[in-house]
Amino acid sequence: MKKNLFTMVLVLTAVWVCNLSAAEKTLQIEGSTTVGPIADAFTEAFSQAYPDVKITVTKNGSGNGAAALVDSRCDIAMMSRFMKLDEFTASVDKGIMPVAHAIAMDGICIIVHPSNPVTELSLAQLHDIFTGAVKNWKELGGPDMPIVAISRDTSSGTYETFDHFVMRKDKMDASIEYVSSNPQVHSRVKTTAGAIGYVGVGFLDAEVKGLKVNGIMPSKQTVAGGTYPLSRPLFLFTNGYPALGTISHKFCTFYLTEKGQEIIEAKGFVPVTKY
Amino acid sequence: MEYNKAQMNTEPKTDNRSLALTALEDFKGFAFYHLGRFSLFAVSFSTVLIVLLIFFFVIQQGLPFFKNFGITEFFTSKQWYPEAGEPKFGALSIIVGSLYVTIAALILSVPMAILTAVFLSEIVSHKIRNLVKPVIELLAAIPSVAYGFFAVLVLAPFLQTEFGLSTGTNALNASIILAIMALPTIISVAEDSITAIGRDLREASYGLGATRFETIFFVVIPAAHSGIIAAIVLGMMRAIGETMVVWMASGNANQIPSPWWDLTQSVRTMTATIAGDMGETSKGSPHYQSLFAIGIILLAMTFLLNIVSEYFLASAGKNSRKK
Repeated sequence: MKKNLFTMVLVLTAVWVCNLSAAEKTLQIEGSTTVGPIADAFTEAFSQAYPDVKITVTKNGSGNGAAALVDSRCDIAMMSRFMKLDEFTASVDKGIMPVAHAIAMDGICIIVHPSNPVTELSLAQLHDIFTGAVKNWKELGGPDMPIVAISRDTSSGTYETFDHFVMRKDKMDASIEYVSSNPQVHSRVKTTAGAIGYVGVGFLDAEVKGLKVNGIMPSKQTVAGGTYPLSRPLFLFTNGYPALGTISHKFCTFYLTEKGQEIIEAKGFVPVTKY
Repeated sequence: MEYNKAQMNTEPKTDNRSLALTALEDFKGFAFYHLGRFSLFAVSFSTVLIVLLIFFFVIQQGLPFFKNFGITEFFTSKQWYPEAGEPKFGALSIIVGSLYVTIAALILSVPMAILTAVFLSEIVSHKIRNLVKPVIELLAAIPSVAYGFFAVLVLAPFLQTEFGLSTGTNALNASIILAIMALPTIISVAEDSITAIGRDLREASYGLGATRFETIFFVVIPAAHSGIIAAIVLGMMRAIGETMVVWMASGNANQIPSPWWDLTQSVRTMTATIAGDMGETSKGSPHYQSLFAIGIILLAMTFLLNIVSEYFLASAGKNSRKK
């Protein structure tokens, strides 16, 4: 028993020492919860190709990612928006040059119940629905039926984007319902006749009806082309352009590979490249 | 001779130790006794310590919020926009939402639970009781996320199609599920306290010519009232602290229903707000602290309820001992 214990300690120490030596090849990634799933999937792919590299992905919001890059606490910052001017200047003041890598496009699709005759809404109409100015589908050319507006929880990246494009600076009405995931928005809209909600383009299917926004149907083409109004690029930020051949460079350019593109599509985003 | 041999065999082994302990044995015994006591004390004290640390942590994280923003807005405003450019922290509708679903859940579950407890302890045969009670207690074993899925996928569409409600995830939905979840707690404790009422009371009642109905409702239940109240309070604690179900079933709209009795509107509870918002708040920000402030309120409420239930449970124990 004692001998077993001794061997165990020995093995643990060995493992620890090995980890120490591998610790030179680590990659700290921090930031947006929207980009997080992509980074996670990239990390998984990398763990097979480069088993000796340890990649840590922390999802704590775009702002925290930018702050971590400025403080040199991470190698790559994930951001679902571009850096703000003050973040950029703070970064330059500390001798860090933020370089943006747009790795994917994110589009938000407005969905309603399939029985709803409304096919199109403008950004202004969406704004009125979610501020509570419009409460009945009748006012939007639909049947006489109260609108049940469903939002993502305020901590999600999808909410952040929707808030940015649709709400602008205005607050959501108190009657808005909140759910905690894209599939939940989908299932609530699927079962509720008067519902309207928003999900990532990857979650649009035949069970719900996607609406045109400002006359443009959300699709991979319109999102990638930027004609669909509710779309935005997703970024990775590094300090300067990563040295060629480093793991950081491979990570930031992984979206250009076929595998990287497949991952981005599988996570419900639109790749910027086409193979 | 033979006899003697046999006697020798059955004789107990002789022990030459003297009755007095040696100094070492004495010390060993002393050490074991005190070590044992100490380790048991350490284990039980660590439980108390954990509770105290949780209290301390929540209060330490939440207090700065009240210092910075005061308590007036928090308790009187219905504006909850913690991430807006000019953040607003009015938790009134959130606190009211919690009370709404909790009280509605109690209104639904208490009559049912007490009648079930009466049935199990007074009316049905012992055999069937032993079959039914474990099934009821099984309700407590279902994970709350499973209840949540039931609420969203079954109950919500049902409420919409059968009652024509515009939204199925609302205060009513959450209350129904919470009522089901509180049932096993209330039934168990109430049944125990009704069973604990002695035969003498019942026999005296029958002896005075009371019917079974009169005995149960005018003698047994009043006599067991402390235990029943404790049961209700425990059920209330279960309902007010539940998170996953209300997060999924209540709709999380940050409003007080108008008119006030309209349970078919969405509400948001304290637990759901903490669970839903915690994800992206950065540590130490006002939003983060405000969630801990809600945590303090929640903690204070459950603490108060706990004291109340302890009081009634203690007096229930005293009553049954008196008999």
